[in-house]
Amino acid sequence: MTTLLFIEQMLNGLQFGVMLFLMSAGLTLVFGVMGLINLAHGSLYMVGAFAAAAVAAATGSFVLALMASLAAAALAGALIELTIIRRLYDRDHLDQVLATFALILIFSEGTRWMFGSFPLFLDVPSVLAGPVTLPGGIQYPAYRLSIIVIGLVVAAGMFGLINRTRIGIRIRAGEADREMIAALGVDIAKLYTFVFALGAALAGFAGALVGAIQSVQVGMGEPVLILAFVVIVIGGIGSIKGAFVGALLVGFTDTMGRVLLPQVFGLFLEPSAAVSVGSALASMLIYILMAGVLVFRPRGLYGVA
Amino acid sequence: MKRETWINGAALAVLLGVPLWAVMADEPFIITLATRAAIFALAGVGLNLALGTGGLVSLGHAAFFGIGGYAMGILASHAQSYAPIMEAPFLIEGTKSMPVIWLVAMVTSALVALVIGMLSLRTSGVYFIMITLAFGQMIYYFAISWPAYGGEDGLSIYVRNGFPGLNTLVPLQFFGLCFAILCLALVLMNAIHKSAFGLALSAARQNETRVLSVGMKPYHLRLVAFVISGAVTGLAGALFADLNRFVSPTMLSWQMSGEIIIFIIIGGVGRLFGPVIGAMIFILLEHTLGGLSEFWHVYLGALLLGIVLFAKGGVIGALAGREKAHD
Repeated sequence: MTTLLFIEQMLNGLQFGVMLFLMSAGLTLVFGVMGLINLAHGSLYMVGAFAAAAVAAATGSFVLALMASLAAAALAGALIELTIIRRLYDRDHLDQVLATFALILIFSEGTRWMFGSFPLFLDVPSVLAGPVTLPGGIQYPAYRLSIIVIGLVVAAGMFGLINRTRIGIRIRAGEADREMIAALGVDIAKLYTFVFALGAALAGFAGALVGAIQSVQVGMGEPVLILAFVVIVIGGIGSIKGAFVGALLVGFTDTMGRVLLPQVFGLFLEPSAAVSVGSALASMLIYILMAGVLVFRPRGLYGVA
Repeated sequence: MKRETWINGAALAVLLGVPLWAVMADEPFIITLATRAAIFALAGVGLNLALGTGGLVSLGHAAFFGIGGYAMGILASHAQSYAPIMEAPFLIEGTKSMPVIWLVAMVTSALVALVIGMLSLRTSGVYFIMITLAFGQMIYYFAISWPAYGGEDGLSIYVRNGFPGLNTLVPLQFFGLCFAILCLALVLMNAIHKSAFGLALSAARQNETRVLSVGMKPYHLRLVAFVISGAVTGLAGALFADLNRFVSPTMLSWQMSGEIIIFIIIGGVGRLFGPVIGAMIFILLEHTLGGLSEFWHVYLGALLLGIVLFAKGGVIGALAGREKAHD
């Protein structure tokens, strides 16, 4: 394999990783602050993508579509937090799993009812449609490159928000001791709604960005949700830093595994067998990575014991 | 007699009575529905040992359900094509005999449950949920990308496998077989529940520290429960694949794991007959609501939400009241 192809695949891995981070950040915050496992996070990703596709079809503007995805996912997130999710904070994990599983059923079938079963398409904006030439002569799609940049900017913004601002202090305090910050006069219910809507907005934004590369369809959120679970199990639940490191690890492992494993097996197997064994193993690689991390660090890389 | 015992008896009577009535009314499809309910109930009975008694919320039990299904698919497809599964170092041939298939399905599911359990039981709570889900998904993607047994398209079997002395092609006889296995599993679970092992497992759920302090290891108790649970769910998978004469990665999907949990929740968590009643109601809903609207999952979702938020004990809890601490 040439160096150019290798670098291109590394960039693909990075792009996949930052998208996973957008998805995992909300999940890990919601778990860290509210102690809630939210299976419906993938539905919010889908809501963002559908909102973007609908607005893009109506107005033709990609920027408006991205804003719509943020707004729609945040709104949907706030709505389910106010009506349903907040009843679940004191319940055990089984109840949370079931109630949010029920929300998935409602969101998925509701979306199918509104938009039909056929996938929608969200076009990449024409400015970003072509490739760009990177230093070293690598041709890389401009849109994917901008996803990487946007993702890294959002990640930096999240770190700033959590570590530098007053609301970030409150979020961290909520993670450490919710009774105490309620006693100090912080409206914990509002804080929870905010955190949930923030996580939802990030998921919806990721959905819209990825929607332009893949198709926008019902059920698009669940595979990503499960990858996000792998990410936060690897990174440690509740840790934004862990989510970032985990997302990049999963992004690189998955992308490089799919490219490299069939070639590695090609060294000592016949080509057709190498491809089937290699691709079957590549599809399991991130779960093996997760199992490996669990054996040595059962609480994840950055989890607190 | 306790009220719950009456409800349990009534549930079994309905499950047995409906197909008998269907034979008289000449409605073979109803028998198939009842068979589905019995098989789903068996899968739920398996999971209920881990989830209800052990408190282990496994969101990956479709893995065992699907592995059982593939055990049937792989053995029967080799028997169908007369191609041995492997020749070296020793010959293994396919089979169309249900008892052999069941044994293979249970042993394979138990072995996979042992590996998944050993890794995921190192953690607890929400980690356990996510990890079982992730391992389930790993097996799902493996089945999709492994082309030898149909990959994404799945595997079809032309004729249902045989059981000595029965004609399994007759719907009622196959139902009877599934019903008998369900009853056996219920007897087994009842025995486990009352055994020293079951009491210790229950205690590990309620108060881990105390169990540790009397010198028992919660990890070992849970691992054994998880393995038994996986094996029973795997057996249900083999029967389900035989009912449809088809196995595909859908049986391994995480929605399937969610549905098996739903059976238990509708009926009542930790109740012996919870999954039986839950699976019957699920099939009834699927049949009636599915006929009314193709978007019936919306109603299922709303119902589930209602049960979780407002009626924690499920149907049995609502009818029989709170579970007593002891008889």
